[in-house]
Amino acid sequence: MFAVFTRLADWVAFTLLGLSADTKLGDAVHFFVEDVTKIFVLLVAIVFAIGVLRTMLTPERMRRTLAGTRRGPAYVLAGFLGAVTPFCSCSAVPLFIGLLEAGVPMGVTMTFLITSPMVNEVAVVMLVALLGWKITALYFVTGMTVGIVGGLVIDALGMERFVEDYVWKIRMGEVAEVAVDRSLRGRVAFGAAQVREIVGRVWLYVLIGIGIGAGLHGYVPQDFFARHAGPDNPFAVPFAVLVGIPLYSNAAGMIPVVEALLGKGLPVGTVLALMMSITAISAPELMILRKVLKVPMLAFFAAFLAVAFVGVGYLFNAILG
Amino acid sequence: MKRIKVLGSGCANCVTTAKLIATKAKDLGIEVDIEKVTDVAAIMGYGVMSTPGVVIDGKVVHAGGIPAAVAVERWLRG
Repeated sequence: MFAVFTRLADWVAFTLLGLSADTKLGDAVHFFVEDVTKIFVLLVAIVFAIGVLRTMLTPERMRRTLAGTRRGPAYVLAGFLGAVTPFCSCSAVPLFIGLLEAGVPMGVTMTFLITSPMVNEVAVVMLVALLGWKITALYFVTGMTVGIVGGLVIDALGMERFVEDYVWKIRMGEVAEVAVDRSLRGRVAFGAAQVREIVGRVWLYVLIGIGIGAGLHGYVPQDFFARHAGPDNPFAVPFAVLVGIPLYSNAAGMIPVVEALLGKGLPVGTVLALMMSITAISAPELMILRKVLKVPMLAFFAAFLAVAFVGVGYLFNAILG
Repeated sequence: MKRIKVLGSGCANCVTTAKLIATKAKDLGIEVDIEKVTDVAAIMGYGVMSTPGVVIDGKVVHAGGIPAAVAVERWLRG
């Protein structure tokens, strides 16, 4: 199904540019062309399809559903909603307040905030396309688990006291039910608008991700990572997580890097831990959440996720190593 | 004159939305007063959780994402 992109890359790198497949440059250019074309075609198709479906699931509706669900199932539901809801970090603050105000428990709200950037439809479909079902399933299940467990722990520790006081005073107005065009044409138009907006927001990350992936692929010696960060180095996983904390990329941009690192023989657990750390925790996101959460809660949030990702990394390296 | 409020914490999408409305209004020769609302409490007061939101003459007409150009035209004419 994706062979067409390989052939296109063959043609561009080896025929059009006359590079040799045996050179580092030829290899890197081939990787870049193949991934750029494949990822952008996939990205547009997926975002459009999900955009059309999304006309059926608005955040306002999600809030109502979550508020009306019992505590236990609500955690699982919040994880899934996090995965299918578009998430722009600029909406994090109003969403957070909106959920708490509707009576959704703090833990459930945090589950949503953890899974949303980490697990989403774009990441899932691209992981399947580039890395196969097995890694995708692992990523999905562990992402969900970390989100749900994180929410439960936050709830058990009574972290509500670390929410900024003004949040509890906000009273939300009558929820605005904006008329959605439910005709097929309306849904298609919405899908197209989502493509413009989401691809417009992520394309640069994807391009940088592919560039880094291509560089790693072409220029890093085959045994470099295996020697320095292989399965027998116990510090590789925590190091990958620490490196990932301040950095931010969305999941779509991370996938080409993941692909290249796995190709270099880095263990799956180490790579997934790096990907989770980069997508789920970042300096900009912590700054946005600081508007609603006090410092101890933020520190706990970052530390919990870091420990969880290190655990995930070791676990997979042990199972699959 | 239409009083328009763009609700949002100042992210890129909110700026784009405000610009889109201003441009459309100018094209159509309709006088508008556009105000950006960045205070979270005020935004939530309108019952909007997903930003940017658009309020025209006190009524929420849009929430979440950059509105379509045709929709903006409809609000301005309506």
